[in-house]
Amino acid sequence: MSRAEILGAIRRGLRRGALPDDQAMALRARLAGHPRHLVPARSQVARPAQIALFIANVEKEFGTVARVASLDDVPAAVGDYLAAANLPTDFAMAPHPDLLGLNWASRPMLTPRVGRAQGTDLVCLTQGYAGIAETGTLMLPATPERPTTLNLLGDVALVVLKATRIVGPYEAAWDLLRQELGMPRNVMLVTGPSRSADIESTLELGAHGPRNLHIVLVDDDPTAIG
Amino acid sequence: MHATSPAFKANVTGALADAGLQKALTFTRPRFPERRAAAVAALPEFERLRDIGRDIKNHTLANLDFYLETWADNVEKSGGHVHWCSTADDARAAVLAICEKVGAKTVTKGKSMISEELGINEHLEQHGIAPVETDLGEYILQLRGEGPSHIIAPAFHLNREDWEESFRKSHTDLPADRVFGERRDILVEARTILREKFLAADVGITGANFLIAETGSSVIVTNEGNGDLTQTLPRVHIVLASIEKVVPTLEDATSMLRLLARSATGQDFSVYTTFSTGARRPGDLDGPDEYHVVLIDNGRTGMIGTEFQDMLRCIRCSACMNHCPVYFTVGGHSYGWVYPGPMGSVLTPGLIGVDKAGHLPNASTFCGKCESVCPVKIPLPKLMRHWREREFERHLTPGAMRTNLAIWGWFARRPGLYRTATRLAAWGLGLLGRKRGRFASLPLASGWTEGRDLPAPEGETFFARYAREQRNKV
Repeated sequence: MSRAEILGAIRRGLRRGALPDDQAMALRARLAGHPRHLVPARSQVARPAQIALFIANVEKEFGTVARVASLDDVPAAVGDYLAAANLPTDFAMAPHPDLLGLNWASRPMLTPRVGRAQGTDLVCLTQGYAGIAETGTLMLPATPERPTTLNLLGDVALVVLKATRIVGPYEAAWDLLRQELGMPRNVMLVTGPSRSADIESTLELGAHGPRNLHIVLVDDDPTAIG
Repeated sequence: MHATSPAFKANVTGALADAGLQKALTFTRPRFPERRAAAVAALPEFERLRDIGRDIKNHTLANLDFYLETWADNVEKSGGHVHWCSTADDARAAVLAICEKVGAKTVTKGKSMISEELGINEHLEQHGIAPVETDLGEYILQLRGEGPSHIIAPAFHLNREDWEESFRKSHTDLPADRVFGERRDILVEARTILREKFLAADVGITGANFLIAETGSSVIVTNEGNGDLTQTLPRVHIVLASIEKVVPTLEDATSMLRLLARSATGQDFSVYTTFSTGARRPGDLDGPDEYHVVLIDNGRTGMIGTEFQDMLRCIRCSACMNHCPVYFTVGGHSYGWVYPGPMGSVLTPGLIGVDKAGHLPNASTFCGKCESVCPVKIPLPKLMRHWREREFERHLTPGAMRTNLAIWGWFARRPGLYRTATRLAAWGLGLLGRKRGRFASLPLASGWTEGRDLPAPEGETFFARYAREQRNKV
């Protein structure tokens, strides 16, 4: 059928049959070893500088960051952010152990609803899997504890990220993912809030996804505090 | 999509007289190059990454059968389905069959150039299924019944007035006297209307910037988040991808992604770069129940092993058109099919035939800017020249041009005579044009002088000057 047709047409173009075994073996070894190419030097710096680079890049792309000393400080940081932005205090929250274990009642009025996001949610809170300093990018893989809709449907996307989970280049984040989760169904790399320049080539924030991306960064990495 | 490329000259005449289009072109022209230059300047390794990008794509194309089979096996392993389609007809049928099987009424769509190539929207509409474009630019084009004029900024040829007019005409449920004070108001209206569509759709269709053999993933890149909503909310996700999108590993894709956004919009990285691998898994609270990839050839295998194989490295960043003096004079619609600018001038003849698209590789000054900014170093001017040769060989070139080429060829094969003739011409024209430094009109050169002045030669030929400077060196 079409599969054979397309593969046959490719091989005719390349003037050969199916790859000989030894060549196929070499390609399989390349896949298994997945070698890195040139990794830009900008993110290969000491830990404090790496964290600073991550924050600077998030802010460059119109995201915001609040640093807190421990996970226990997250509810207060979320409450402060929502109050300052005059946002509702009920929000959709990822069923992630880090977030479920927090004492949300410590901050009166905060009412998390655990689960995926619905189309009417204004504020969503999820747990950031990793941060990539090279471009201020969050890695947000889909798992039962991290529904994808939380990254997308709210006007405001809140992400709790531990400093120990900030790496330099993308390649280091892929290594973490391969070791810990394999390849999840969906992996989003998110750099700043949604935007569009489709109207007269001029940037406007908040196209279809969140208008604001706010990261609560938990300083759990003693080597990272410069 | 119906091609008007054979009418390129008439398209251009219309485009030059279109004041709205010229306003948009003039406004946008400096922006793309400025943004790219800033992003490139901030990454010292960028030039070396271009070589790496070229090499990754060349390696993949040399082993394309292997990597496609590996990728397809991994898609199936993760619970997805691959539909191999040789032609546009096969692909349209495959998409329709998936939609009909789940009884789809509406389909949301992320931006995809191959969808334009296949004419998916028309096909779905003919069968009673409503496609909804969700990329802001594609959305307004759908309202207006137009095609994209650019591969990443599809509606930049429209001005704000056009947006307001189309929204008032189409969104008749909203108050007719509402005010669009700023661009933001247009954006907010589109967001509100499309949010409903996202939530109601039965199927979501996206393109793919890359396929990854190692993991069986497809990758999309957007700034709006519309592609993610399209592929996350409906029950079924269909990916449209052409065969040359595959790369071996996540590391390979990462190196390509370092090039893509910088070359395209001048961002370091797009807002949403998303890797999809199969359907919803046990325990997941969201995501589609079905994941299909419609894998499309539609003429690409015909370029493998030819001088046009390099074109299959293209990652659709749009840097070539963003820096093209011809593109920014005539606009994207003049090219008459899906892909405009230098990459379109090479790809379109390869996909719809040089007999239909022969004007496109001729519409180039060969200034070389496109090749100099291409993230995967495609020799675009050389490939356009190859199309001109093919066109000439097949006697598709117009008679007057063939005669002129024959006259030039006769001189060029007699170097002594050629130099004498060019010396005389340079001297004569130099003398005639000495006063003004340029000609507003010249016999036999009206094709040039109708649009702009011809600079007068300074009196010396290139050969003479070269010889003089070589002598002075010693």
